[in-house]
Amino acid sequence: MSGAFRIPSAGRLKQAKTAGFSFDGRSYTGIEGDTLASALLANGVHLVGRSFKYHRPRGFLSAGVEEPNALVQIVRDDARKTPNVRATVQELYDGLAANSQNRWPSLAFDVGAVNDIASPMFSAGFYYKTFMWPKAAWKSLYEPRIREAAGLGVSPDKPDPDHYSSRYAHCDVLVLGGGAAGIAAALAAAETGVLVILADEQAEFGGSLRFESGAKIDGQDGFGWAQAAIAKLSAMDNVRVLSRTTAFGYYAQNFVGLVERVSDHLKAPGHDLPRERLWQVRAKRVVLASGAIERHMVFADNDRPGIMLAGAARTFLNHYGVAVGRNVGVYTANDSAYAAAIDLKKAGVNVAAIVDLRDHPTGPVIDEARALGIEVNFGRAVIRAGGKLRVSSMTVQPKNGGGERTIPVDAILMSAGWTPSVHLFSQSRGKVAFNDETKRFVPGTYAQDCVSVGACNGTDGLSASVDEAYAAGAKAAKDAGAKIAKGTKPKVDASESWSRGMLGAAPGAGPDKTVKAFVDFQNDVTAKDIRQAVHEGMRSIEHVKRFTTNGMATDQGKTSNMHGLAIAAETLGKPIPEVGLTTFRAPYTPVTFGAIVSHARGPLFDPTRKTAIHPWAAAQGAVFEDVGQWKRAWYFPKGGEDMHAAVDRECVAVRTKAGLFDASTLGKIEVVGPDAAKFMELLYTNPWEKLEPGRCRYGIMLREDGFIYDDGVVGRLTPDRFHVTTTTGGAPRVMNHMEDYLQTEFPHLNVWLTSITEQWAVIAVQGPKSRDIIAPLVEGIDMSDEGLPHMSVREGKICGVPTRLFRMSFTGERGFEVNVPADYGRAVWEALWAEGQKHGAVAYGTEAMHVLRAEKGYIIVGQDTDGTVTPNDAGLDWAVGKKKTDFVGIRGMARPDLVAKGRKQLVGLKTKDPKVVLEEGAQIVENPQQAIPMKMIGHVTSSYWSENCGRSIALALVAGGRDRMGDTLYVPMPNGVIEVEVTGMVFFDETGGRLNG
Amino acid sequence: MLLIRCPYCEEERPELEFRNAGEAHIARSANIAGESDDDFEKFFFIRSNPKGIIYERWRHMHGCARFFNAVRDTVTDKFVMTYKAGEPKPSKLPGAAK
Amino acid sequence: MAKAAAKKATTVATPSVERRPALIGRSTTAPSVKVEILPPAERISLRAPEASVAALSKALGLTLPKKPKTSALKAGRTALWLGPDEWLVIDEAGNDPLADCTGVSALHSAVGISHRNIAISVAGTGAAATINSGCPQDLSLETFPVGAASRTILGKTEIVLLRTADNAFRVECWRSFSDYVFTFLSEGARDAAV
Repeated sequence: MSGAFRIPSAGRLKQAKTAGFSFDGRSYTGIEGDTLASALLANGVHLVGRSFKYHRPRGFLSAGVEEPNALVQIVRDDARKTPNVRATVQELYDGLAANSQNRWPSLAFDVGAVNDIASPMFSAGFYYKTFMWPKAAWKSLYEPRIREAAGLGVSPDKPDPDHYSSRYAHCDVLVLGGGAAGIAAALAAAETGVLVILADEQAEFGGSLRFESGAKIDGQDGFGWAQAAIAKLSAMDNVRVLSRTTAFGYYAQNFVGLVERVSDHLKAPGHDLPRERLWQVRAKRVVLASGAIERHMVFADNDRPGIMLAGAARTFLNHYGVAVGRNVGVYTANDSAYAAAIDLKKAGVNVAAIVDLRDHPTGPVIDEARALGIEVNFGRAVIRAGGKLRVSSMTVQPKNGGGERTIPVDAILMSAGWTPSVHLFSQSRGKVAFNDETKRFVPGTYAQDCVSVGACNGTDGLSASVDEAYAAGAKAAKDAGAKIAKGTKPKVDASESWSRGMLGAAPGAGPDKTVKAFVDFQNDVTAKDIRQAVHEGMRSIEHVKRFTTNGMATDQGKTSNMHGLAIAAETLGKPIPEVGLTTFRAPYTPVTFGAIVSHARGPLFDPTRKTAIHPWAAAQGAVFEDVGQWKRAWYFPKGGEDMHAAVDRECVAVRTKAGLFDASTLGKIEVVGPDAAKFMELLYTNPWEKLEPGRCRYGIMLREDGFIYDDGVVGRLTPDRFHVTTTTGGAPRVMNHMEDYLQTEFPHLNVWLTSITEQWAVIAVQGPKSRDIIAPLVEGIDMSDEGLPHMSVREGKICGVPTRLFRMSFTGERGFEVNVPADYGRAVWEALWAEGQKHGAVAYGTEAMHVLRAEKGYIIVGQDTDGTVTPNDAGLDWAVGKKKTDFVGIRGMARPDLVAKGRKQLVGLKTKDPKVVLEEGAQIVENPQQAIPMKMIGHVTSSYWSENCGRSIALALVAGGRDRMGDTLYVPMPNGVIEVEVTGMVFFDETGGRLNG
Repeated sequence: MLLIRCPYCEEERPELEFRNAGEAHIARSANIAGESDDDFEKFFFIRSNPKGIIYERWRHMHGCARFFNAVRDTVTDKFVMTYKAGEPKPSKLPGAAK
Repeated sequence: MAKAAAKKATTVATPSVERRPALIGRSTTAPSVKVEILPPAERISLRAPEASVAALSKALGLTLPKKPKTSALKAGRTALWLGPDEWLVIDEAGNDPLADCTGVSALHSAVGISHRNIAISVAGTGAAATINSGCPQDLSLETFPVGAASRTILGKTEIVLLRTADNAFRVECWRSFSDYVFTFLSEGARDAAV
């Protein structure tokens, strides 16, 4: 048995297929096709949650995505504990385990409910008025406590084991909403042959046809017609039908974000299935068929479990075969609740009374209700609900006052009318218009190529909706380029129709200050709160919203916005359109981070770039560091060495024997064309025209503001071909910078740029033995100092593969950089390594590289410069062509402040105690005795222990630094002041003799 | 995600392929080294930052890699039109007469 | 122009060491699509003004396409239009396009990039869906027909995309991005049956 409240003759589920599930540890049985909500209701369970602020017991308000109350935690396993799942949306699967939220110790007895009694303390604007004093208590006391008390559900504390996928899609017509209108529009568009995507958030298409028992289309009952139409659409090649798919955001140029829930409804999702799939759809035309959402009646204690929307009760009955009570009351300002009463009555449920706020309504449903023997009361209000954990009665009173009558009930079905779902229309930047007659906001001015049809457009009645939608679907297809139009419009044989209703508080909503007549269930906002906000001076609806938090919960005020607006308007004494509607924002319903992140996690979070030589370094036990997206070998520890020992050993070996270094990540750009030298002249400070082919030069690139942007060694291969190197991190922006000037400032130059960073693997071989290591493997290049002097480049072969062999040094030792096609990088490295072993060579990493270059005072752009350093500041004036009349930065460099005295200049620092290594970034002062805040005159940019120098070394930017040679300066640190001497930047081999050593 | 018409690829392409490159039609002086401080300030630092129509440079970075010019409305974030680098500022904008 | 450099830069050599192309031999097979690393090929990045196109076409033995988002294929050699003065020339027949350009006196830049790029084949009925898992372009046959070629985006990296058949694409990316691109396409392939 799948629950005492299941009515076997009602609903569409197959009774035989049962599914076991648990709620708060208790086991129940439902039926496949149930939602968690319908399965719980079938078992008579209404109490499913506690409210956010007052911890009031709550049940189901709705049967769909607008649900504000029934938020539960679904627990699949240790890592899969999804909080805030709407029980009305979660499909049942065998073994589903759900828990209630926001209660302790139990749902029926919740300590937090004391907030309800103490509610005068928690009135509107509570957060803004309380916790203001003392200020210090905010951080230590208030905030931690509020954080503990606030929030719903418990976040899983393990990594999400599921995967999520994403897809960009393009179509001619995108139809959002799969009720009668959406299906009709999709049929019309699909029949023309254009590409159609039809999406609906429910598991089954049909929208309100799920509960509208009176609908008949093309000779079938409405729901049956919908299923047949979907089957037909699904079979068409030009149509993609997406169920369980919510359009959550409508962005510019008909770009719509959809989330498809792929496997949350499955008992055991296969590993290959993503949990959700993000669709990013670009549509030529969009048809919005998002329907309407029923509003509740605002009266005292209207939140008791068992009080729900009439349409929801009808859905539970007509689709799921579940009676929401045995003795129900109805409270309405609208015809549609009558249909619910009639359906329930026919199914054998007692309808205690219909209470209609309207004075003299007429119509067939009213007649039918009376004919079925249901008591119908006009001009009366339900002023109060009885019961706590479940509604037990409704108290009725003539709406203008008079005698009260309490009617025992176990459920109340309510309807204040239907609000068109204009969320997506509004997100598309369309402007809504208020229809004064029907008291509805409907789509007004369109901002994009879309059209609204059916209930979301304020169109009443199935027949009119289908007609409108079919025509709109055909037109959308035509506008998107459809040539033919065939097919037949669905014929509506019978339908239900209702409209109107009321907005705002009913008589049972107060004025009594202790009355809780809820407007927004999820955020516990009452009619009184909204009135109070206006009384306290809020005039704009945006202010009322923020002050009361009305509509700001995850349900985004789907049921509450219009009521809140109407109450504010009434209190302000203004018509509704003058008060205005708050802005609808994406997402329509909550979207998981998983869906948004999609593939971009783990190895796909960001590309990890590795060189061709990386596997060799990894096999040698190298420790890697991240440099941008690159992994670079940092150091190569041997036999239990720590980093310090490894780096010391590597540094000494390079200067006494030789070292191999993987420099493949350096940016490389081939500059080719007859104007190549002219272009280089404009992009670099140096002169290039006279650089002979086969020679290299250290180049400095500035931005137009005169500050150093990048640097690197450039080789001229032939008169019209340069091999330019850039910093590792700077490669992409340098290329962009060069392309920018070439394309837009110097387009007359015949020169082209090609990134060759990844074409060439680069092996730096540095040290006194470097030539001995390379020479035996090289063919066709004279390796003598005359044939290949320092700062030159030759093309030839190494190990039988082409090489661009640079004689250059970033260590101050005799050095080479061997460029070989990347696929050969590993093998050539291994060959050089084997050769190097004969000479005691080591592999060294980026840390040793940094130390070795600092020993020589070679700067690293981005470490010793920070975007405010000129060539002069860095002591690189020699690299600026004095006779040049133009290069990027030539004017910026001459700005008054950049040539003023006292600029920070790059200098060396030696600590008085050679064992003390300064901290990079440490500030430098002239007089450590001065009062705090001290005047800081510079900072340390690079600092290392230099085993080769037997002491610490540092580079620093110091105001007027070059005039302070030999001066003593001070570096105040937490543990005391460090005394330093200002020196030149070269700490090792000042004469540079080792370059040919 | 916007669609941006690349004047070189002659079709609208997804925004992800493009990168903004600042205001357009700011000419670098052929004699920049001889420019006064004031003129250099105007050239390098001063930008119009209008509410409404702005002339910008964009690069079809991950497409044809060309820099081009675009007219965009900063209020609506809509591209009015795009044209090739080096072409003059359009004298009349599409839809401007309306 | 640039004869000397170009001649020496050809990769037709007799290496005494092993060539180790990135990810060689890797593939992923999903129900509707196969993602597979393609063998090495000869490639150049060719840049030239309009006036040089005829001479270069002659030298390369195929007509360089002038229309955006198109390519030309002849005898195992494909020229992809990447920009108004830019082509990616891929030779899978073992011939060297860089050598073919060395004799051309018309203004141009030819740079060897055979080792810079890695090619990945994505083939099967789910090929377009696989690529659309991270590429925002419309890959319908109407908009991106067979022979269409474009530099574009896949996830967080740049690719060059060439449609080689109704249900087959060649994806080119830089060497160090190949692991990311291959992994991305493999994940996309897993989801492409829908």
